[in-house]
Amino acid sequence: MKTVEEIKAAIEAAVPGAGVEIVPNPGPSAQHSLLLKPERAVEVAKFLRDDPELALDHLSNVTGVDWLDKEITEKVKVTRTVTKTVDGVEQPIEETVEETRKRVEPGYLEVVYHLFSVAKKHGPVVLRMRTGNRSDQVELPSMTRVWRSAEFQEREIFDLYGVVFKGHPDLRRILMWEGFKDHPMRKDYVEPDDFEYEPTAHDEVLRRAQAHRALEAAAAGKGAAQ
Amino acid sequence: MSSSPSGLELGAQAHGLEGRMVADPESGGELLEVAMGPHHPSTHGVFRMDVTLDGERIVRLKPVFGYLHRNHEKLGEGQTYLASIPYTDRLDYICSLTNNWAYALAVEKLAGQEVPERAEYLRVIVGELTRVQNHALSVGFLIQDMGASGTPLMYGFKEREKILDLFESLTGSRMMCNYMRFGGVRVDATEEWLNQARKVVAGLPKFADEFEALLVTNEILMARTQGVGILPPKLAISAGVTGPLLRASGVNYDLRKVDHYSIYDRFDFKVPLGDHWDVYDRFMIRLLELRQSIRILEQALKDIPAGPVMDPKARIRNFRPKAGEAYGRIEAPKGELGFYLISDGGPNPYRYRVRPPSFMNLTILEDMCLGQNVADVVLILGSVDIVLGEVDR
Repeated sequence: MKTVEEIKAAIEAAVPGAGVEIVPNPGPSAQHSLLLKPERAVEVAKFLRDDPELALDHLSNVTGVDWLDKEITEKVKVTRTVTKTVDGVEQPIEETVEETRKRVEPGYLEVVYHLFSVAKKHGPVVLRMRTGNRSDQVELPSMTRVWRSAEFQEREIFDLYGVVFKGHPDLRRILMWEGFKDHPMRKDYVEPDDFEYEPTAHDEVLRRAQAHRALEAAAAGKGAAQ
Repeated sequence: MSSSPSGLELGAQAHGLEGRMVADPESGGELLEVAMGPHHPSTHGVFRMDVTLDGERIVRLKPVFGYLHRNHEKLGEGQTYLASIPYTDRLDYICSLTNNWAYALAVEKLAGQEVPERAEYLRVIVGELTRVQNHALSVGFLIQDMGASGTPLMYGFKEREKILDLFESLTGSRMMCNYMRFGGVRVDATEEWLNQARKVVAGLPKFADEFEALLVTNEILMARTQGVGILPPKLAISAGVTGPLLRASGVNYDLRKVDHYSIYDRFDFKVPLGDHWDVYDRFMIRLLELRQSIRILEQALKDIPAGPVMDPKARIRNFRPKAGEAYGRIEAPKGELGFYLISDGGPNPYRYRVRPPSFMNLTILEDMCLGQNVADVVLILGSVDIVLGEVDR
């Protein structure tokens, strides 16, 4: 079985401009993965399947992963010019100050493919693809035309994560019902408030029961107004 | 699907036991749309197939599931690694021990843990016992679906009962065993238990002989299953089909041989393969695999060494694997059962994914059923051997 570096080189030789990156896995399992550019991913997938040496004909597992926006706090050294009075004379002086800056690294949805070879009995080769963000750029190419086993699994990821697979023959919800809104596997998913709270003497329960009743009353008031 | 009524509407019609006539654009005739399920005796749980029929012939079939969905994976992300073990029992509730095993294997890969030898033997013993009772049951249900009400199924159940008694005395529970831990198993087996297991295993070949004598050359069974529900090997591989279903299509892919996980290399056993890719082959493969499992059990029960059953270095409490990810898989009775875990160094997994074999094996249900009669669908579904606890998660 080739190493990830060799597979990367083979892909780049076969699909010029594929732009494959290695994502190292620091854990003891050492299952490193290859990050694909969505534009060329289907070509790369076809190569991996049809290459006689790799022959990755068995797409075992397709997983969605949600990575939230990350707020990164970092200390930066900044040089700026300040006017100071030195020896009774005002003059500009360069000064280096440490500043704390915050920036937001945008999150993304990731799809992970685990490939094995039935013919050569080796694997896994792990592929990853990432969406542009978590809201409006959530399209990725579908692998269903390359490996049929992606059909239901990509539907599941569409259902639970909201990744839209371009070229999927039948992209519908699969586990949740039709007409369901939102994607329950996302990290920031909030469960709908449709529970009945027993009025026990726990502060937390009482508070939620009150909030729930207030919501219900508001909804009933709206209904009456219409 | 956009032009046809929504799944919910179809289901509502089915509750009134009505079909719906739709025009067939090709022949100019009429087709019948019916919903088989979700409460149909052949669907092995709450599962629906939206079927379009031309007379008795299937022209379209869409499986609809999710009735048992409880977002198992989200539950796994919200609790510690250890706390997920009893939840895995409830995936494929016929085979809780192999579910435990797959999960334990994935976590051991993630954390780089070792398993002592005696624990590996115990895992193989309970894993193969699980396979025996699963196959006895699935064959029994397949015959039941064919209309042989009761008797063959009860033959299977009789043998399963003895195995469940073994599970109960070892783990404390008949079906929800919660037995494996990361780095070993929860409790050791006593010498009495091993003797009892040897006794049960010694009785299994007789059961297999009887079962085969009753079924294998049965005329009705052969007429109903041979040449029905053909699954070509190329499609099977592409569709990620695994387990007895894949091997009945003649593909030699058994993870016990391919991945060399646990201690399967030490045992002498064969991988039965099918020639005709049909329902009959799938039924036969299960009977043959059952016999191979008996062989493994005999060897394992003979060779089991003394020693600890838990890695002394393994941490049960406050278990925090290093950041990283791992995919671990085993040959469960229904196919490749995999777990994919991502750790961010915390006490809970960041991502906890189950790769359920029966979910994947349903991908090609429509392909196998097209052109067949309605009555055959029941058999084809039975030969896939699904458990909805695992499909819906």
